[in-house]
Amino acid sequence: MTEVTNKEIIDALTEKFGGQITGVNEPYGLLTLETTKDAIIEVLKFLKENSIANFNFLTDITAVHYPEKKHGIAVVYHLHSMVKRIRVRVKVFIDEHHPTIPTATVIWNAANWMERETYDFFGVKFEGHPDLRRILNMDELGVHPMLKQYPLEDPNRVDKKDEYFGR
Amino acid sequence: MNHNQPVYTDNDPQNELVTLNLGPTHPATHGVFQNVIQLDGERIVSGVSTIGYIHRAFEKIAEHRPFYQITPLTDRLNYCSSPINNMGWHMTVEKLLNIQMPKRVDYLRVIIMELSRIADHIICNTIIAQDTGATTTFLYLFQFREHIYEIFEEICGARLTTNIGRIGGFERDFNDIAFSKINKFLKEFPVALKEFESLLNRNRIFIDRTAGVARVSAEQGLDYGWTGPLLRSTGVDYDVRVSEPYASYQDFDFEVPVGTSGDIYDRYLVRNEEMWQSLRLIEQGMEKLKNEPAGIFHADVPEFYLPAKEEVYNNMEALIYHFKIVMGEIDAPKAEVYHAVEGGNGELGFYLINDGGRTPYRLHFRRPSFINYQMFAPMSKGMLLSDAIINMSSMNIIAGELDA
Repeated sequence: MTEVTNKEIIDALTEKFGGQITGVNEPYGLLTLETTKDAIIEVLKFLKENSIANFNFLTDITAVHYPEKKHGIAVVYHLHSMVKRIRVRVKVFIDEHHPTIPTATVIWNAANWMERETYDFFGVKFEGHPDLRRILNMDELGVHPMLKQYPLEDPNRVDKKDEYFGR
Repeated sequence: MNHNQPVYTDNDPQNELVTLNLGPTHPATHGVFQNVIQLDGERIVSGVSTIGYIHRAFEKIAEHRPFYQITPLTDRLNYCSSPINNMGWHMTVEKLLNIQMPKRVDYLRVIIMELSRIADHIICNTIIAQDTGATTTFLYLFQFREHIYEIFEEICGARLTTNIGRIGGFERDFNDIAFSKINKFLKEFPVALKEFESLLNRNRIFIDRTAGVARVSAEQGLDYGWTGPLLRSTGVDYDVRVSEPYASYQDFDFEVPVGTSGDIYDRYLVRNEEMWQSLRLIEQGMEKLKNEPAGIFHADVPEFYLPAKEEVYNNMEALIYHFKIVMGEIDAPKAEVYHAVEGGNGELGFYLINDGGRTPYRLHFRRPSFINYQMFAPMSKGMLLSDAIINMSSMNIIAGELDA
């Protein structure tokens, strides 16, 4: 088994995609990078098929909502190379008012339910998904509950107000 | 009569497909989820899986709770092996906070996690046997789950949803009764497991019902995101304990059993062999504990580790830390962390984003049951209904983990 470093992966990606790879970071050693929604499928394909890293396994797809940001929804992909024992996290920030992104089901069948879950919780529309329906919540729910504008608790409850704790 | 002609006409009801609702609550579904299947005779033509019946909004609730209060949520993911979920969550937070564990805590964790793995595999394998009609094996091995629960009860007072760990270690040390119960288990369980294997491994009916049924190739398994015993049965040698060791698994000597054909029989064999390996790990853990000073059951991190109640009542510092921890005042760095453990069903991952607030900004569970199960409907096509039932038991779908 030949080891591969985060730097080699980044070098290969920037050589191929140039400025479309941004925000490179290594929190707790896990290579994290950002790309655009136009490039995401090509980036994922490259990561899967390129022999440098061979990220053949899709571990997870999910999203994060940052209401204060311009592109407020981050779709996060965790890929894994079981051969090289290395992981990578790819993020795409998309507009929360028009949350669309191409589907990764063209690369892995595993993406099917992960994307349905992300659609259910965040309203992200995966273009080209074969069966984009809600998966865990009921069809009539009407909202995408993991968005930050839907707080869980009754906001009138005062026992947990931050101001009472000097925050 | 011409035997080459079908005995029915186009309008004959025998020529129509039958729609069958398997579940939401059905003894064969092992939980609350539904499969709407179309049958041509006994053969499945197509199927649609519906899940979410017990979705409890774990991730949303987690966004509103300090770290400690998330532990009970993780207990209810895979409730057949809740200590693994528990420890996985605590290790994620420890990774975020850069806490190093004393070796003794790591060994205790390995012992507990491997006991849970055995409990989980006992359920799955005995249920496969039960679904092929072998009720004796089911009842026989199930009493050892009870023994494992008794060990849990001795350590933390609870049996099913254990809440056994803390950030930085355990809530209390294992007492002598717990250790003697573990030793008793180590002595008695191999005898029963051997007997269980001799009842099934070469059993003609069992082999006929499982070998070559629901065969999955390594490529298919990887494509559908399978992990754990399911993936290993296809021949892929992937185990989080080996590829990214946590809790000192690198100090232990054990093997990762893999199958060859990815059918139900191989999944059964892989789980059985894993139980033997778990026994090896527990034995080694007990041996290693002898070289560690007794009484250490948590790291020395008072600002994160929830102190014992008697400390809180008698010690001012402990009271302050208790208050700060309970109110979620832990000073955690702004960061994101992904940590995976090898759960009973595969890679159980925790993706935690912390923004320095009282609660996680975002917490996502990578639940192996959820990802493994999406292959059930596509792989059932062309299968006999009775085979699909055994296939479902062999996938070990736990509804709590599936729906979260």
